[in-house]
Order: sequence, then C-alpha cells, then structure tokens
Amino acid sequence: MTKRDARVRQAYDGVVAAVPITIPYQRYSPEPAHWWIARALGELVRTAGITPQDIDGFCVSSFTLFPDTAVGLTQHLGLTPRWLDHIPMGGASGVVSLRRAARAVQCGDAEMVACVSGDANHVDSFRRMLSSFSRFAQDASYPYGSGGPNASFALMTDHYMKTTGAMREDFGKICVAQRDNALSFPHALMKKPLSLEQYISARPISDPIALFDCVMPCAGAEAFLVMSEDAAKNLDLPAVRVLSTIERHNAFPDDPIQIRGGWEMDRDEFWAMAGIAPDDVDLLETYDDYPVISMMQFEDLGFCKKGEGAEFVRGHDLTNGGSFPHNTSGGQLSVGQAGAAGGYLGLVEALRQVTGTALGRQVEGAKTAVVSGFGMINYDRGLCSGAAALAGPGA
Amino acid sequence: MTEAIKRPRRKDPQKRTVLPTLPPTSRSRRALGFSVAAAEGRFVLQKCDDCEAVTYPPREACPKCLSMNLEWRDMPEGGKLIAETTIQTSTNVYFRERTPWRVGTIALDAGIPVLAHIHGDIAEGGRVRMIARTDKSGQGVLMALPEQETENMADDKQLRELTCDPKHRRALITDGRTQLGQAMAKALSAAGASTVFVGVAETWRPFAGADALAAIPNVEVIALDVTDTVSVNELASEIGGKVDILINTAEYVRAGGAMDRDGIVTARDEMEVNYFGPLRLIQAFGPGMRFRGADGVNSACAWVNLLSVYALSNWPAYGSTSASQAAAYSLSQCLRGEFHGSGVKVLNALFGPLEEDWRQHLPPPKVTPEGLAKAVVGALQQGLEELTVGAVADDFLTRWKQDPRVLARELTQPEGA
Repeated sequence: MTKRDARVRQAYDGVVAAVPITIPYQRYSPEPAHWWIARALGELVRTAGITPQDIDGFCVSSFTLFPDTAVGLTQHLGLTPRWLDHIPMGGASGVVSLRRAARAVQCGDAEMVACVSGDANHVDSFRRMLSSFSRFAQDASYPYGSGGPNASFALMTDHYMKTTGAMREDFGKICVAQRDNALSFPHALMKKPLSLEQYISARPISDPIALFDCVMPCAGAEAFLVMSEDAAKNLDLPAVRVLSTIERHNAFPDDPIQIRGGWEMDRDEFWAMAGIAPDDVDLLETYDDYPVISMMQFEDLGFCKKGEGAEFVRGHDLTNGGSFPHNTSGGQLSVGQAGAAGGYLGLVEALRQVTGTALGRQVEGAKTAVVSGFGMINYDRGLCSGAAALAGPGA
Repeated sequence: MTEAIKRPRRKDPQKRTVLPTLPPTSRSRRALGFSVAAAEGRFVLQKCDDCEAVTYPPREACPKCLSMNLEWRDMPEGGKLIAETTIQTSTNVYFRERTPWRVGTIALDAGIPVLAHIHGDIAEGGRVRMIARTDKSGQGVLMALPEQETENMADDKQLRELTCDPKHRRALITDGRTQLGQAMAKALSAAGASTVFVGVAETWRPFAGADALAAIPNVEVIALDVTDTVSVNELASEIGGKVDILINTAEYVRAGGAMDRDGIVTARDEMEVNYFGPLRLIQAFGPGMRFRGADGVNSACAWVNLLSVYALSNWPAYGSTSASQAAAYSLSQCLRGEFHGSGVKVLNALFGPLEEDWRQHLPPPKVTPEGLAKAVVGALQQGLEELTVGAVADDFLTRWKQDPRVLARELTQPEGA
C-alpha cells in the first residue's frame, strides 16, 4: 500500500462550522438521551435563527439511545433530512461528524447539517454500559476485574510511565491546569480548585490511576451546525473554517500495548493539508478521558517528539493564559464526560474560542485551533482517532 | 511471597452468610470454545489454519488473512508481564467485594498480548506461566502465575477464587467401604482438608480397611446410604451446612448388557446407586452448598461426580451399567445449570476400568483407586471441571471428541471398546 499524497485530498473550501451549543451537564439525570439531544437541537435552531425544516442534514452520536438510532430520532424530533448519519465513535465522534458533514455540505448533499451528541446518565447507566460495551470487552476485558476504562488506561499509563519516565506529577500538571481553566467555564461540574498535592494524594482507583485522573460520567449534550460560508454570512453567524481533518481506526494493531494512536499515521498529511505547523496553533483540545492519552496526542500530533510528552508538559503552562493553552474549558476531566458528548466537548469549545465567544476565559487572540478525538476501548486500546484544524474569522 | 491462608475459625451462627455474587458471565458463543478448554485446564487460543496467525479475543475470522478457519489450539504457556494495574474500585459487585484486584497485560510467547488476572508473586516485568480456568461464573479466564513455584502459591487470593483447593475445607465422601473411597479420604486429608466426612452404609457390617480409614487424620466416619432417602436427608440435616466439597464415590457396577439379563432387578440396583443416589444427594446437599458459595476460606466450592468413561457412550459389555452412568452424566449437566450463580463447580472425573473386584476380568491398563483419588484431588487443587483418568479414558475422550458417532459404531462391534 503506498501512502497517498496529501494534495490529492480536496480542501474543505466554502464550508464552515458554527453555533457551538452546550447543554449544561448533570451528574445524574432521569432524562433519556432523546431529551438531551432534543434540547441541543432546539438550542441550535433558536441560536442560529433557523427553523427545524431548514435542517436537511442530521448527524447523531450517543451511547444511550437504544433501541433508537438517528433514524428514530428524525420522527421523534420532526426532522425530514435528506442526509443522515450516526457516528458511534465515542471520543472521536466530534471530529468525525464534522468531516462527514463538511463533505456533505461541500458536495451539495445537504445544506444545513446539525451535528448533535448527547447521552443520558441514570444512576446505574455506567455499569450497564461497561458490561455490554463491545463483544471483545464482554469476552476478554470486563471479566478481568470489571475496572472499565479506568483499568484499561491504568495499564497504558503504567506502561507509558515505565518506558518514558513520565511521572504522576506530569499527568497531575495536565489535570491541575485543566481545573484552572474550568473554574471560569460555567458548565464545568468541577468547581473547586485542584492542587498538585490533592492530585497526588487522591484516592487510588486503579494504580497508577487515582481519582483526578478519571473523568466523571454525567449527562449532557453538545452540538454545532455545518453549512456553507455563504449561509453563515446570510445568518450573520460567527463561522469557523475547516483547514484539515484526519481519521483512523485500529491503527498499529500489532503494538502489544497502546503507545500511540492513529494520529501518528496521518499527521504529516494533516499538517500539510492544513498549511500550518504545530507552532501556529493557538490552542489545542485533546481528548482527555485520562491524562496519559492527552500526552500521547501531544506526541503523535507532532507538538513534541515521541516519548517526550512529559518533558513537553514540564516546559509549558497549559492554562488559557499560558504558553500552550490546552483543553480550555477544563476538558472532560473537569467538565465531566457526558458519554458521546465528551467527543464533542473539545470541538465545541474550540469553535467558541476561535470566534472569540468563549464562555470561560478567552484565550487571547485565538484564531487557530487543533481538536483531536480518541475513542472506543474495544478491548485493550482505543480504536478511533481523528483530528481537525480549525480557523476562526481572523485567521 | 504469598501469605499462607489461616484455617478459619468456627462460623458465628449469628452472622449473615455472605451471598455468592459472580464475575461477568456473558460471553459470545465463539468465546465458549475458550471456556470449554479452560474447564479442562487447557490454555487454548484461536489459530488460523491458513496463515498460522494466533488471535485473541475470540473472533469469527482471521484478522491477518480473513480466513474463516480459526481453530482452538493449545498454546505455549510462557509470557512476560508488560503492564499491570491493581484495581481498587469496580462497578461489578463480585470484584467490588474483592478489591484490590491485580490484572495485567501479558506479551505471550505465542506472539500476541492478552489481558489476564495476575498472581501476587509475579514481579514487575517478570516472566509468567499462563493458565486458563473457569471462574465463579463458569466461564473461562486467563491467569498469569509466576514462572517458578513460589511459597504458598496456591493461597493467592485471586488464584484461590479459580480453584477448589481442599486446604482448610470440609469434604464429604459418600462411600468409604471401597478402596476408592478410602484412597480418596487419604488424599483429601493429605491435601489439607480440615474435616473429611466418610459415609458408610450399614455400619454394623464390617469391611476391609475400616480401621485404617478411621485412623486417617481429620476423618470422621458417618452413616450414609445413598440408596436410602432418609439416611441421606438425616446426614444433610447434621452436616449439610459444613460440606464444602462433595465427592460421590458410591457406584454399582455389574458386567452385562440388556438381552442376556433376566429381569430388571440388577438394572434397578444400578439406577438406585448410580442415578437416584446422586439425585438424593443433590436434593439434600445441593441447596446448602449453593447458599454457601462465597462463605469465606471454607466456602462450598465443588461437587465431584466419579463416572465411568462409558457414561459418554455405551459399552455393551457393561451396557446396563453404562446406561445408568449416562443418566448420572446427564444429571451432572443439570446440576451445573442449577449451581450457576453459586460459584460451586461440578467436576466430572471420567475414568477407565478401575482396579477393583467388579472389573477384575478386564485387561490393563487400569486405574488404581489411589491414582484416581490423586487425580481428583489434583483437579480440585487446579479448579478443573472436566477430567479423564487413565489411558483408556484419555483415549476414549479423544475419540469421542473426534466424532461421537464413529465411536458409537466402534463400540457396537465385538472388539470395539
């Protein structure tokens, strides 16, 4: 198989993403996923100043819609789209939805695509989801302690620490910076400051992972619209251009344990298509269900060399006012993980930041953002990865 | 080094008995092939018949060449621990009650990584020896053990969840009049069983080895006749709450088929001991054992059926006895189903011709009572659910697995067995 030249991929000319929507998260809620998705869709329509009939493309991500899919939602919510997609990719859902929708709009298959993710979190939802997450998980990981993603990421973290020399303090620095960012973000579930001492001495969950390495499952929804640049202008909406995207699944299947994601396969093409370099990026939103995977994204996306993630973290201030603003709303580690909406969180936040409409602390002069997604621990590793480079109006 | 498990104190009758909970039971149908082998103590993985790739978790097709010809094959046991975690909190009640719980990623010598339970004595980054066993849910799981035997290795908390080690447990042997029953008592006592109840029918009638039996440490000879419902129930009311391992050594064996026997008296005796015997025992002792599947160090853990291998397929030379053994074998599957949820394992030990009076005229190789007892205790220590003992039984099972109907044809021919 020969590697295709990045130039053969068409740019996303004339397509924009707009109207970032977050429905405030709740730790537990009796409402079903349909309720959360409906609220997000309603907010999208009202904020954009359009009618539901204007939406002719609909893209949904959710773990808790069963027995429905995006199909059932069209009737449930009164939509009549001519383009419909359901993206079951967890933490990669946001980036993948964006790139699917962008091509649909660019090619004229749809004019106005609503991308929505939302999940319920009932009192016993998380346990039920873990026990039936995937066939491989059911057959070969859940029976081993039923630690869920905590245990999977603990193994990855243990291995990463042993092979790179990363310390708990390095992961702690990521978590502490994100908490700092979250304190100004109104929707974050975590509202108290976090110190490195608190991080280090927290209750162990699955060694070496402790409480503040883990996201808190919750209910919530995130959404945005994809449309043509002209449509956004007509609606007078701040809009964000898509410079580049990548997506990869089951990368490096022969690595005995996950040390990298699919980004490493595709990053050259990613930067070439975007026409920018890592240094040009004003803020980075990584998928952060555990800090080790954020560190791997720094490396695999090319912000630093492989194995030097910890050193990179030591050399930067990761807060919104710092040298390398990262997970500017606080990320899932501080905002909460609303199921598949966790895969939208960084993207929706980036849309706000590069349009100067941050709900929390605005990264000064933010014009260019990279958003990266990672998802689906099918057995022992995350299978889905993706990334998008975004440019705000001033870029 | 594993700390030795201490003999539990007498149970406080005012305390609530901990109810059994289970590790996750759900598996794909394909994964059951792994559980089948694990019940025999074999570590198998799928191997592609076309490109030889080894694959795991269980798949429908080879991820290297998309061949559909994946077969379960025995694998080399070696591997290396490359990552580990100690789970401190779990969403599953069974593990939640047993944390901290150690799991890890093993790079197998077979060439692929697997997630496995990890024995406490394995050093960081150390070499390991893999075993596959059924867990309390009855499904197969992988566990990594230290490559070399360590002190008190079997007492590891996680390993003991997979085994039915007689150490500190109380066992009931249903018939001590035979050499087999006596050998079993001796082997269990030597394996550290805290009490070995040995049933004897018609206690007033003397039998060979009686004095030696009573002299075995921790043995208590008690009255039990598996053909007498009152006797079985009376014993259960006395000791039913403290039988952790039940080994049914009672058997009734007579040569001969159906056509050349006159009437059904012998057949009825065979069924009385070989089928109604275990049925009575199940009804009397099963409920108590099912309730006590998580009752601490000496929880109820195993029910052992000793069956002639001809339970699998009828040997006309012992045709009527074979039929009664087949009934008992069929019942063992029912028992396994009824024990599900309790964590109590059903061990079926299928043996070839035994060295005893009623099989005196059969040619070697034969199984000695001591050999059978040793194999059964070994299987308990390993936590197996399926066992064959002796060359005849091993060969018979191999042929049965290859094609039970070809074996049936062979058995109906004069030199077939």
